[in-house]
Amino acid sequence: MHRTGELYGHFETLEQQKESAALGMWIFLVTEVLFFGGLFLTYTINRHAFSTAFGIGSNTLDITLGAGNTVVLIMSSLTMAMAVWSAQVGKKKLVSIFLIATLALGTVFLGVKAVEYKQKFDHHLVPGRSFDMKYHPTHPMPGDDLKELALEKEEVDKAFAQDPDINAHGQLYFSLYFGMTGLHALHMIIGAGLLLWLIKGSFAGRFTPQYNTPVEIVGLYWHFVDIVWIFLFPLLYLIDRHR
Amino acid sequence: MSDTLTAPLPGHKMPHEDYLNATYGIRSWLLTTDHKRIALLYLGSVTFFFFLGGIFATMIRIHLLTPTGALVTPETYNKLFTMHGVAMIFFFLIPSIPAVLGNFLIPLMIGAKDLAFPKINLLSWYIYIVGGCFVLYSFGTGGLDTGWTFYTPLSSVYSNSAVTPAVIGIFINGFSTILTGLNFIVTIHTMRAPGMTWFRLPLFVWAHYATSLVMVLGTPVIAITLLLVGLERMFHLGFFNPALGGDPILFQHLFWFYSHPAVYIMILPAMGVISEIIPTFARKPIFGYSFIAGSSIAIAVIGFLVWAHHMFVTGESTYAALTFSLLSYLVAIPSAVKVFNWTSTLYKGSISWDTPMLYAFGFIGLFLIGGLTGLFLACLGLDIHIHDTYFVVAHFHYIMVGGAVMGYVGGIHFWWPKITGRLYPEALSRVAAVTLFVGFNLTFFPQFILGYLGMPRRYHTYPPEFQVLNVLSTAGASILALGYLLPMLYLTWSMRYGKVAGQNPWPATGLEWKTDSPPPTENFHVTPEVTWEAYDFQNRPDLGLVAGASPLAPAHGDD
Repeated sequence: MHRTGELYGHFETLEQQKESAALGMWIFLVTEVLFFGGLFLTYTINRHAFSTAFGIGSNTLDITLGAGNTVVLIMSSLTMAMAVWSAQVGKKKLVSIFLIATLALGTVFLGVKAVEYKQKFDHHLVPGRSFDMKYHPTHPMPGDDLKELALEKEEVDKAFAQDPDINAHGQLYFSLYFGMTGLHALHMIIGAGLLLWLIKGSFAGRFTPQYNTPVEIVGLYWHFVDIVWIFLFPLLYLIDRHR
Repeated sequence: MSDTLTAPLPGHKMPHEDYLNATYGIRSWLLTTDHKRIALLYLGSVTFFFFLGGIFATMIRIHLLTPTGALVTPETYNKLFTMHGVAMIFFFLIPSIPAVLGNFLIPLMIGAKDLAFPKINLLSWYIYIVGGCFVLYSFGTGGLDTGWTFYTPLSSVYSNSAVTPAVIGIFINGFSTILTGLNFIVTIHTMRAPGMTWFRLPLFVWAHYATSLVMVLGTPVIAITLLLVGLERMFHLGFFNPALGGDPILFQHLFWFYSHPAVYIMILPAMGVISEIIPTFARKPIFGYSFIAGSSIAIAVIGFLVWAHHMFVTGESTYAALTFSLLSYLVAIPSAVKVFNWTSTLYKGSISWDTPMLYAFGFIGLFLIGGLTGLFLACLGLDIHIHDTYFVVAHFHYIMVGGAVMGYVGGIHFWWPKITGRLYPEALSRVAAVTLFVGFNLTFFPQFILGYLGMPRRYHTYPPEFQVLNVLSTAGASILALGYLLPMLYLTWSMRYGKVAGQNPWPATGLEWKTDSPPPTENFHVTPEVTWEAYDFQNRPDLGLVAGASPLAPAHGDD
């Protein structure tokens, strides 16, 4: 492991090393765009084909939790950017503080996602044998608003009349929901791991105005993960939100 | 026949310390970050998969000796052509030139000490090995019978073969490709030696830059596509299954969006090799350097726009088909530019018939046939007749074997002295090159005829009137096998007993030839400063090629 500020043997200058690291991360993020892109394409085509089922599916998502998570993630991008800035101006203590804040906000996001996933499981909305879009409206759970649930039941029944294969098409929606948010969550977990590594380094005082490349490139990665969510939130949560 | 320069200059000795003997022991190889050693690790593994794919091919050709095919059952036959394709495409062709020759040569050619990310380079190899293990596991536990194209819903629902481990293995292997491409792009941008401007780069480097763009943009798409197939298979989801509302054509679009550019990943590096060999053995600067460089980028870009020419008969609209057909014709133009420029380089050149040059000539002829028959297939009306026949099989084998593999073997021969410090036996290597050429044509030319006459691909039987052509093809395959076997034998022999090559036996103009053979671990004892243009034979007195000077004069080649 090389120490702060030291050149790796194959580079000629620190400038070259830093430029290479940044360019490498940008190219990696481009590959990630293409990676998620396949899922976004699948989503687009299926939403166009099965708009009713996708609307119903989207309405079962908790918009408060989703919007809250969006704010949490945007704030974590802010704290990440502040961490990069702190490193650049040499405020070493702040670097640690902002990195920890970013990690904390990221963990909150993941916790909320876990809550949402559990909700989907309880409502029989996980693709598989017991998937049933009619389940929740006909089986109220403690804490449900019964009036809302009745409206939901009405919507689901109307949708079934329009599209008898709602369950199959709804499964497509939820497969994409779990696939896309799951892949996103996996990237966030990896990001959390990277943040832990950075926090460890920041406690050791590694990041200075002369050398802060790891903070900068993890920052780029974290911002990318944030941007993916900015797309996921409206596409998954905000379809047919007329109520 | 003019003189060849394979006789080494007198007094050559192997360098005292080079990258091969700098450190000893298996850990120094398995934990190396030296791009040259990693290239050799790849050489071993891609050769293994080449053998494996070759065994499947042998079984296919033996089975097809008779119209009713008595060697294997129909189900096994499906597995044979599938595994042949998967092993050859993902684990041999795609890595071959970039991971072996690209890894070894790019830092040397640009005057750098290593790639930008040496540890990621080693990681790429390990990822390749892990992916390979998953695929070998799939092959060993029931095989794969979906075709290398994994069309759904056969692959995602109905196949009873080991699809899931195979798609996981190919998914993992994709990251090896992505990281290699990323490494190359950053290296070429940031690590060129002083004076090595973009337009002084060897065309091999331009070719790999273009290839890396395709690797980095295309591979993630196949990754997510195969991931979806795996998820569909494991959790009974319905993305591509019509019974659950899914769309098999969506799979085809996603699959071919990568797999067409993938064929450019396979051919662009080979074109880069040819662009190095031809000027060297014509002793002339290459004709139209900037056009060849630009055509590599053009092929990479346009190559992303033609994928649905694989789907002309799956029900796409006429307008879509017309667009893709037109674009497929357009993508041939930059390839043609290269062929014209290589040929023009030969005009008034001082041509020698060394083995790498034989492979280069073979490449030009066979790539020409393969490329032109691609245009046959891109023609809508004609494609209806020849789609899914042996015409397609012959077309892509002309490009991938007649083109890419010849480029690979030619490149291995051309840079063998640099990699090992030794020369291979020239007479035997020429015999092998000719054997390969003859065997190849005998194997695959009959397949054009078979396809045109209507023999479908991927069928385990055929009408009896096609037997003669099939037997010719199998006979050719046995000669082709000999053509591959010979280099494996004499190259291995030469590592110990070959003549010592010296720094620049050909001589060639690239920066890699201005360091020892084999190079020291750090590539150059002093960082070079480049003040000459690429392929500038005129202004390089150090090559000993100036009129009047004997090419066998000692000392000058030993900078």
